[in-house]
Amino acid sequence: MTAVETTVAPRAGIKARGFGKLFATELKVWLRDPAAVFFALVFPSLLLLGLGLAIPDFSKPMTDAPPPWNEAPGVTSYLPTIIALAVGTIALTTMPVQFATFREKGILKRLSTTPMPPQNLIGAHLVINVLALIVSTCAAVVGSMVVLGVPFAADPLTVLLVLVLSTSAMFSLGLLVAARAEKGATASGLGMLLYFPSLMFSGVWVPLSVMPDWMETIGLYLPLGAAAQGLTVGWFGTDGFPLAQVLVLVGWTVVLFPLGVKLFRWT
Amino acid sequence: MTSPVVEVRNLRKTYPGAGRGAAPKTAVADVSFQVARGEIFGILGPNGAGKTTTVECLAGLRHADGGTIRVLGHDPQADPTAVREHVGVQLQEAALHDKITVGEALDVFGSFYPQRADSAELLDLLDLTAHRDQQFGKLSGGQKQRLSIALALVGRPQVAILDELTTGLDPAARRATWDLVERVRDSGVTVLLVTHFMDEAERLCDRLVVIDAGRVVAEGTPAALIEGLEGHRGVRLRFADDAARSRAAQLLTALSERDPDVVGVVPAGDEIEVTGTRKVLFAVVQALAAADVVPDDVRTVERTLEDVFVQVTGRAYRAEENEEVAA
Ligand SMILES: Nc1ncnc2c1ncn2[C@@H]1O[C@H](COP(=O)(O)OP(=O)(O)OP(=O)(O)O)[C@@H](O)[C@H]1O
Ligand SMILES: [Mg+2]
Repeated sequence: MTAVETTVAPRAGIKARGFGKLFATELKVWLRDPAAVFFALVFPSLLLLGLGLAIPDFSKPMTDAPPPWNEAPGVTSYLPTIIALAVGTIALTTMPVQFATFREKGILKRLSTTPMPPQNLIGAHLVINVLALIVSTCAAVVGSMVVLGVPFAADPLTVLLVLVLSTSAMFSLGLLVAARAEKGATASGLGMLLYFPSLMFSGVWVPLSVMPDWMETIGLYLPLGAAAQGLTVGWFGTDGFPLAQVLVLVGWTVVLFPLGVKLFRWT
Repeated sequence: MTSPVVEVRNLRKTYPGAGRGAAPKTAVADVSFQVARGEIFGILGPNGAGKTTTVECLAGLRHADGGTIRVLGHDPQADPTAVREHVGVQLQEAALHDKITVGEALDVFGSFYPQRADSAELLDLLDLTAHRDQQFGKLSGGQKQRLSIALALVGRPQVAILDELTTGLDPAARRATWDLVERVRDSGVTVLLVTHFMDEAERLCDRLVVIDAGRVVAEGTPAALIEGLEGHRGVRLRFADDAARSRAAQLLTALSERDPDVVGVVPAGDEIEVTGTRKVLFAVVQALAAADVVPDDVRTVERTLEDVFVQVTGRAYRAEENEEVAA
């Protein structure tokens, strides 16, 4: 018998044979799940527009804000919170359940038997989730500008930077939640346990502007709290650069991402 | 002589105990076998015997604690990626996304391999053409199983490992799957078939190992294993009444003590079963005729791999825990 002819060792990343096909198919199949698509893409905008139209204070101008913001509607201060919510929803609800379900169903293990490393499936879904986040953030921003008359960010680059760092910190947390869960339901429960407190400290229920100091201080050290605060600073552009929030987000990423990767079970 | 496609020597695998203080579990204690190119090789054994652990080690999915493995000349333990393109694996428990269609799954898995089988041909071979656009979550158990086999074959493997491929299928689907495995072998693929069904192994395998509690307890062709049974022929006798039966039992027990061709005499329900060499029927009929004891009915009983298992382990074969001995 002849030994197998030497072939190029399977490559990780986008250079692996068939990665394009894998990505396209995963995207197509992901779009067939109405619940995932709703929560990832539509839910943040719907919440923002709904509240913006329903709550009277949200349509009145913020008269006590420094100009030019004293003419902007009250909902403006809620937009950064909604962007943080969009990140948190994908990172803590959709993504961990997806990954744990891949494990539960044996999809990761099945891929391990092929030349396509299962890491690439997770990679493909991280990209899909980032795309979903871009779409949902754009929808929330454009929707609130068009429908509610919210002015655009004063410091878009800071907003973008904080958004990127929030995504990396929160996705790292989501990866860690999914790292060991044997079942989708376990990951879902664990994700929810983190999701609701995160929302609270990022101003979903008690808006950041009226949040007591002690809550704001705790929020600064939590990834989603730091995200909402940093986005707010960037959007209004009246408080300089959100250095503390940026450092907190970098810190969480540096700690959580390697941990999530290290603990992730592939079978 | 050609060297084997798969070679396993003294394989050992112990799982750490689950939970604090739980004892470690030796799933595979000592397993060795060789698989030649082009055969259907069976790994047969009851639940928990260590079959799946064995094939997961040789597919490079698990780290063995000891022994050597060669697959197509490579060591999947040291270099698990070396054989991925040439070994197709159908895992015992592995699903897909509920919403992916049969055709999409074949396409995407096919794209991972340098040479891929023709989708239409494969769908045809597996009788899935009509379900091409159906989503995985809506397939029946048998259809899922067949898709799983298709995915194992889509990269034109030299070796296909099929783990429990007929578990949960109805009898008709099982027979159809057996035909399919033979067709796969006939197309030049070496098949490693893992099963806990005796009849499946007997029907399909060119050669097999029987594994029990992590050890090989028998090895050979199904026919040779059965031939090698002590007293591998059996005769069943039925009598008109209890008196005739007990008289016959007495005669036959005495016969078994003096005639080496007659090995065992055991009651089997309201019948008597006599086992022995190929001359057993002749000896039994002669002895009964001489005493003028006439049975109502005489049947020869076929020996199966199940009897091989009973002989080598001294236990009845229970394919599944909590299940009666398979009929
Ligand atoms: N991941 C694991 N961790 C701990 N123990 C395990 C693990 N996988 C299997 N075992 C144990 O190892 C033994 C052998 O398991 P294995 O799955 O190899 O058996 P099998 O012959 O394939 O059985 P079946 O016919 O049920 O598929 C069993 O006692 C099982 O409980
Ligand atoms: Mg098994």
